[in-house]
Amino acid sequence: MAYVAVKGGERAIDAAHAWLAAARRGDGAIVELQTAQIREQLGRAVDRVMAEGSLYDPELAALAIKQSQGDLIEAGFLLRAFRTTLPRLAATLPLDTATMRLTRRISAIFKDLPGGQVLGPTYDYTHRLLDFALLENAPVAPAPQAEAIAGPTPRVADILGHEGLLEADARSEDEPFDLTRAPLAFPAGRDARLQGLARGDEGFLLGLGYSTQRGYGNNHPFVGELRAGEVDVEIVPAELGFAVCIGTVTLTECQMVNQFAGSKTEPAQFTRGYGLAFGHADRRAMAMALVDRALRAEELGEARTAPAQDPQFVLSTCDNVEATGFVEHLKLPHYVDFQSELETIRRLRATAERTQAASLPEAAP
Amino acid sequence: MKGYNFAYLDEQTKRMLRRTLLKAVAIPGHQIPFGAREMPLPYGWGTGGIQVTAAVLGRADTLKVIDQGADDTTNAVSIRRFFARTAGVATTTRTASATIIQTRHRIPETTLTEAQIIVYQVPQPEPLYQLEPSRTETRRMHALADYGAMHVRLYEQVARYGQIAISYDYPVMVNGRHLMAPSPIPAFDNPKMHRMRALQLFGAGREKRIYAVPPYTAVVSLDFEDHPFRASRAAHVCALCGDRASYLDEVVTDDRGGRMFICSDTDHCASRRESAP
Ligand SMILES: [Zn+2]
Repeated sequence: MAYVAVKGGERAIDAAHAWLAAARRGDGAIVELQTAQIREQLGRAVDRVMAEGSLYDPELAALAIKQSQGDLIEAGFLLRAFRTTLPRLAATLPLDTATMRLTRRISAIFKDLPGGQVLGPTYDYTHRLLDFALLENAPVAPAPQAEAIAGPTPRVADILGHEGLLEADARSEDEPFDLTRAPLAFPAGRDARLQGLARGDEGFLLGLGYSTQRGYGNNHPFVGELRAGEVDVEIVPAELGFAVCIGTVTLTECQMVNQFAGSKTEPAQFTRGYGLAFGHADRRAMAMALVDRALRAEELGEARTAPAQDPQFVLSTCDNVEATGFVEHLKLPHYVDFQSELETIRRLRATAERTQAASLPEAAP
Repeated sequence: MKGYNFAYLDEQTKRMLRRTLLKAVAIPGHQIPFGAREMPLPYGWGTGGIQVTAAVLGRADTLKVIDQGADDTTNAVSIRRFFARTAGVATTTRTASATIIQTRHRIPETTLTEAQIIVYQVPQPEPLYQLEPSRTETRRMHALADYGAMHVRLYEQVARYGQIAISYDYPVMVNGRHLMAPSPIPAFDNPKMHRMRALQLFGAGREKRIYAVPPYTAVVSLDFEDHPFRASRAAHVCALCGDRASYLDEVVTDDRGGRMFICSDTDHCASRRESAP
């Protein structure tokens, strides 16, 4: 009765977990990876996991990466499952990215601008040649240091905004929607959409953003500004009544300047798409800005023809923890459903055979 | 479990879930959106059912968890362990001894009682999603009880195959008002939902919807007068207990067409074998 004796699921699960732990550790002769090494040396992976895990905690993100053997979607899932158990102690004030301590700031639409262009630690102009020197763990020479940027570094949005050429930031004093506490409903407000995109899968956002560039809902984007750096996080404790800084986060912000819109009553203005991501994440922030702008099609009176312009399609599909769960759940047992399908298909075939037999011409006598 | 609340979820979240459940019971078959939490198990593994169970579970409850009708499938084992670990409640494989039964894809063969709650894991709560992907539109269709499209779909199957060809997740009308997805149970189980004595709760975590069928509510599988609903099963006898009426799994025994059929409900089959003379 070997086929039927499926008892022992519990022992199988325990054994699988033990094997997984051993596989994760790998060859014991190789020194074990420290989470501090992941945090310091795999920063882009840590940033992605913090974004998709919706939790700014480089230490825990590094732990999740180690625990998941570098499977970044699994790591983001670990972080989210932890995040959901955390108490909510306070809400921060809106971050002021104009006061960002910049490590990177570029504009593709102005040759120069107040505060200047700052390349920062970017891969943009590296030649993609494998650097075999890294195999040797050779010491790295210190990077040259420039003077800190003197004076304000206004956001490009504010520069164009002075002339009225760019639509202004929508102002709202309302409590922003939180899709981790309330179910998303459609039509979804821009706050809900931006929150969904901010923790959406980077690959999915990239593909959708790219699809707009390939004609599926094009919105004529220019990178108005891409900036990255540290921003203070402030709260106003009720017992104090004034703002106190509780820490800093590193962010990448993308202001996309897009196709202008106007009407008989409204003068023409450039429109905007917005992207914001934890850590250094040009690709994520830019793709998010493209998709944010695409999702504004209806609001801006544009024809909604492409997937990137469909809020339900984008927001219900962009979450990689949901997506990976539902795709991968297909490997769970489905044999009851399959059995019912087997019975149906056998019944349909039997019916068809009977019908066919009945319609055959009578054999000649 | 150290560091976590009883049954994992915090009390605020459970209160939110219970409010949702009350609404769901008040409007049988109607999907209620809720702020589903991220659970430490993946979406698709039963996060909706787990949240519903966590919200109704008390210390005195006895929990049974089945997947494909069986208590010993790996995911059923995993979910049962989750609650044994986070709530410390008693667990059982005996349908009759359970006060709460969480299930994926089956309704037990043993008739449930008023003292029991059955919690279904639901992957897709929207019965109309294959006909209309937009949830804005399906919400409108439910509001107007505009279910003509589903009847047309069934009619198309009759026209093409000479019969309705839906095998599982067979759509039902609840309380004569709401079209409901019964979750991917085989159509064979649908009649068990009709006027069931137990409270039936449905949780869809990824889709963030909860719905319910209160005890003794009418649950009718869609059909036509000239093509009535049929609950079909493999026309075989259980090789282990000899049951001729239970829902059967087909077990492949070799690569030359060898088959045996056994009860999908492992507790039902074991009980019959124990009580056999
Ligand atoms: Zn049997």
